[in-house]
Order: sequence, then structure tokens, then C-alpha cells
Amino acid sequence: MEPLMAVLVGIAFAAALYMMMRRSIVKLVIGLILLSNAANLLFFTAGGLTRGAPPLIPEGAEAPAGAVADPLPQALILTAIVISFGVLAFALVLIRRAYQVVQADDLDQMKGTDT
Amino acid sequence: MSLEIALPILLPLGFGAASLAAHRHIALQRWLGVAGTGALLAAALWLLRSVGREGVVVMHMGDWHAPFGITLAADLLSATMAVLTGLLGLATAIYSLATTPRGHEQYGHWPLLHLLLAGVAGAFLTGDIFNLYVWFEVMLVASFALLTLGGERAQMEGAIKYVALNLLASMIFLSAVGITYGLVGTLNMADIAAKLGEVDRPGLVSTVAAMYMVAFGIKAGAFPLFFWLPASYHTPPIAISALFAGLLSKVGVYALYRVFTLIFTQEVAYTHEILLWGAGLTMLTGVLGALAQTEIRRILSFQIISSVGLMLMGLALLTPLALTGGVIYTAQDIVVKMALFLTAGIVFRLLGSYRLEDLGGLYHHRPWLGILFLIPALSLVGLPPLAGFIAKLTLVRAALEEGAWGITAIALLTGLLTLVSVIRIWQQGFWRGLPEGVADSAVLTGERRDATLWLMYLPVAALAALVLAAGIYAQPLFTLSENAAGQLLDTQAYMEAVLGEGAP
Repeated sequence: MEPLMAVLVGIAFAAALYMMMRRSIVKLVIGLILLSNAANLLFFTAGGLTRGAPPLIPEGAEAPAGAVADPLPQALILTAIVISFGVLAFALVLIRRAYQVVQADDLDQMKGTDT
Repeated sequence: MSLEIALPILLPLGFGAASLAAHRHIALQRWLGVAGTGALLAAALWLLRSVGREGVVVMHMGDWHAPFGITLAADLLSATMAVLTGLLGLATAIYSLATTPRGHEQYGHWPLLHLLLAGVAGAFLTGDIFNLYVWFEVMLVASFALLTLGGERAQMEGAIKYVALNLLASMIFLSAVGITYGLVGTLNMADIAAKLGEVDRPGLVSTVAAMYMVAFGIKAGAFPLFFWLPASYHTPPIAISALFAGLLSKVGVYALYRVFTLIFTQEVAYTHEILLWGAGLTMLTGVLGALAQTEIRRILSFQIISSVGLMLMGLALLTPLALTGGVIYTAQDIVVKMALFLTAGIVFRLLGSYRLEDLGGLYHHRPWLGILFLIPALSLVGLPPLAGFIAKLTLVRAALEEGAWGITAIALLTGLLTLVSVIRIWQQGFWRGLPEGVADSAVLTGERRDATLWLMYLPVAALAALVLAAGIYAQPLFTLSENAAGQLLDTQAYMEAVLGEGAP
């Protein structure tokens, strides 16, 4: 499973960076969305893909019986998903506003503050 | 129970919520703004006093002990940075009273300011690497909104670059955290440091180290990852620019200091060599960029980059003296950058422009403003008797002791070129006469009184006095930085403080 996930993560990162380097700001945001998903998948894979029972401890026992999945990466990814959801919502509003102000979808038209 | 370590995070969050609740009452929000940032400063000073007495202060959130729960841990570096967060917050709040446009206040200037400070303080005080990511995001979201408040074209253009590149950095950071967790199975920084030595995969460890370096390097504005900074920092209102310039890029520098003194010290020859090259190139490109600019805020934006290079130089050399110099430099630079940006704001209020070609006559009409500009400006250059001199002297001495001639030469050359760029502002803005055809110089010449101008002078004067005092009476700052550097290098004590009996 890990090699397959690794290839998938690699493709997601490559696609995200490709989209971010296009000229359109809409594609920039699509790139950012892909990027955050790629990072979350990477986190998930690096945390270890264990097939196992949910990490519940039976009544009266001190430790779970048998192999259990590690819940921590999932909790962390959930946090990261929520954060990136908020940030991407902001990015969407930002590009809409930028489009209204600049009247173009083209990053090359937005070089006024560059040096 | 050590409440003082949680207060610098809780206070701004609380005051932010209160300001949000009072969103129809701008006057109340202004009071809350000054009171909240003042309280943050007081709480941070309390924390610094505790850390000075007892060593590393640790708090386990929800009483889940490390390494299982989220830990807040403050050593002297963290506490000093928290104090500077409070100081800059207070200066921004007072300055904002006079400069922030009404519309910005109606659309959340004050709550966002508190939220930003909470994020910055959280990033300085956390002892957990994933929690550091979360605080980075809190800080970023607040800074995104503050940067775009007002919605002018320049702000939009700057914000797109700022948002895209900072999100890229966050995602690299998050990926690095994921791989770190896969390697050592823990997220507590002290625990990672303890366990990383046992990991027998040097290739992967170096890769993760490089990922952290790139992620924090983007946030700090280090070469070659700094292009978003001068494209965006000069676009928001000047009080916000000043806060960003003083504080935000230093959070990246702080993260680099934390991670590359505590966690990645196994392969110093590889990681810190890259940092040293990065430091030299950052200094040089920053100051050359500053020389090419003709607008005060843009000149100062490039000076931020050049200063980050000097901070990284202290980290890259990794000797007690070099880290001492790095900490002093970082502390004084935060104050200096803020003071310079705020002075630029006063210049704009007086003459209505930031471009050097439109300026002039300031020294003739406002000699004290000239003095207030010169103190931080010459501290930036590193002339005695100012705090910047002590910092640069320590850094250069540390580099010479290590026999690092190249970086010493670059640091000294950067100092010289910084002097040139500062003198350009002085000569064109302050020294020469008022140019013909200035749109509105009535405030400058005193024909029209500006009732709120003193609110702009007050923080600038206080910060400049601080820079001067820290230069003349340098021993307390030097001792503090020396102890902070000692704590950074004594990783064993940090691990014992955080992990208790579980330390190796």
C-alpha cells in the first residue's frame, strides 16, 4: 500500500506545483487546494498505514488487545484539513476581489508591487 | 501550574473576542486595543522574570504530560520574543489610534490585531511542533486579513504573492512534520530531539532538516526565498506594515533558531553550512535591493531581508558567542525596524509621500524627527553607542574566532552598504531643502496643526529611547542574550524541563 500512496502523493504534489506556476489566479488557487491535500496524504502515509482495529481499550484492560491503527495522524490531519479549508476560503475571496480590482485573471498583470 | 506562560496567548485571544463582540463600538475597541496589548506586555514581562529566576518554564495543557499532550515551554529566547511581541503590539495599537482609516476599524482592524499577536505569541511559546504549525496558521490568517483590509489594487497584488508563498511554506512545513512523526513517532520538540539521535536513517533526517529550512526560510524571507516580502509588506497601512516588518518575519527566524539548535544538530557540517551560505547571500541581496529602491517603505522592506541574514549568521556559526550576537541582533532589530517604519509613517503624514524624490526639508522644520530617524537608522547600520553596534560587534567577533573570514567580510560590507542606503534617505528626505511643487506641506511648516500627531511620535520616541538605552547601558541585554544562547545550546536541560523523568 505504501508505494502506491507514495506515487499518488508525488503526483498530487507535481500537479499542485504545476498549477501554481500557471499564469491564471484561478489555477493558482486550484494548485493550493491540491497542495494541501497532497500534504495531508503525505502526513497520512508517513504516519504509517496499519490495518487494524480501532484504538479502543476493552473494559478492565490497560492496553488495547492486538494491533490497532494509530489515531494521532488522523486527528492531526483533521486539524490540518480544517485549517486549510479556512485559509482556502480566504484565498477564494481574495482572488475574486483581485479579479474585480485588476479586471484580469492573469498574474502577469499583477506586477505593480514587484521590484 | 505556571499561569504566566499561558497568559501571553490567552490575553490577546480574550481581548480579540471582546473587540469582536464590541464591533459596533469603535471607541471601545480602541480602548480594548491599547489595554489588551499593554496587558500582553505586562504578562510577557512576568514570564520573562519567571524564566530568569527558575529556568525553562513549562506547562502541560490539560495536564496531559509530555510527550503525550501539547506542551508550552518558554526559555529565555521565547520569553524575550514574547516581551517584544507585547511591546510592538502596544506601539502598533497607540500608533493605530492616529493612523488607521475609519473603514479599516469598522471591518475588524482591532480584533485582527489581537489575533495576530496571539498567533505570534503562541508560536514563540509552544513546545510542540504541530502546535507550532497551528500557531503559524493563526498568525497567517490574521495577517492575510490585515494585509488586504482596504482592498486597494496594490494590496491585492501584494496579497496574492504573500498568501500563495506563505501557504506553500506552510504545506512544506506540514509535510516535514508528517515525516518527522513517521520517523520518531512523537511531536513534542524536546522528545523529537531526544529520539532523533537513535534514528538510523541519515538521508531521511537530512531531507526533513532541509524541508524545515525551506519552510521557515520562506517565512523568514531568507535568500533565495524572499521575493514575496518586498512585494507585499509596503502595501497595507503603515502601522500594519511596521508590525509585519518588526515581528512577522522574525517568527520564521525564531523557528529556525529553535529547530536548528534543539533538533537538527547531528549534521552541523551539512545543515549549518547551508545556513551560513544562505545568511551571507541574504545579507548581500537584501542590502543591494535596498540600494536600488527609491521609496522609503521599499528600502526598509529590503533592509528587513538584509537583517535576517545577520540573524541567520549567528545561528549558522552555532557557538555560544555567535548565538549571543544573533539573539541581541534579533531583539534590537525588531525594535529598530518598527521604529523606522513608524517614522516613515510620520514622514508620510507630514509630506504626503513615501517617494524620496518628493521629500525634503524635514530636518529644517522638524529637527527632532530627524533625531528620531537617525537613532534606529544608525543602530541598523551598527554604529556606537547604539544597540546595533553591540550586536554586530558580537557577531563579527564570533565569526573571527571561528575563522569564518568570508562571512565576516560580507557582514562588514553589508554594514557599509546599509549606511549608504540610510544616508540616501537622510540626505534626500531630511537634509536637503523642501522641493518645489510639494502638494501639501502645511502640516510640516506648522501652518496647520495636526491634533493626533503626538500619538504617532509617542511610540517612535519610546522605541528610539529603548534602542539608545540598550546601546549605552548594554550589559543587561548582553547578559540576557548570553544566558538565552546558553539555554539554546544546553539541550539536555531543555529536555529535562519538558520531559521530566522521561528525559534521556
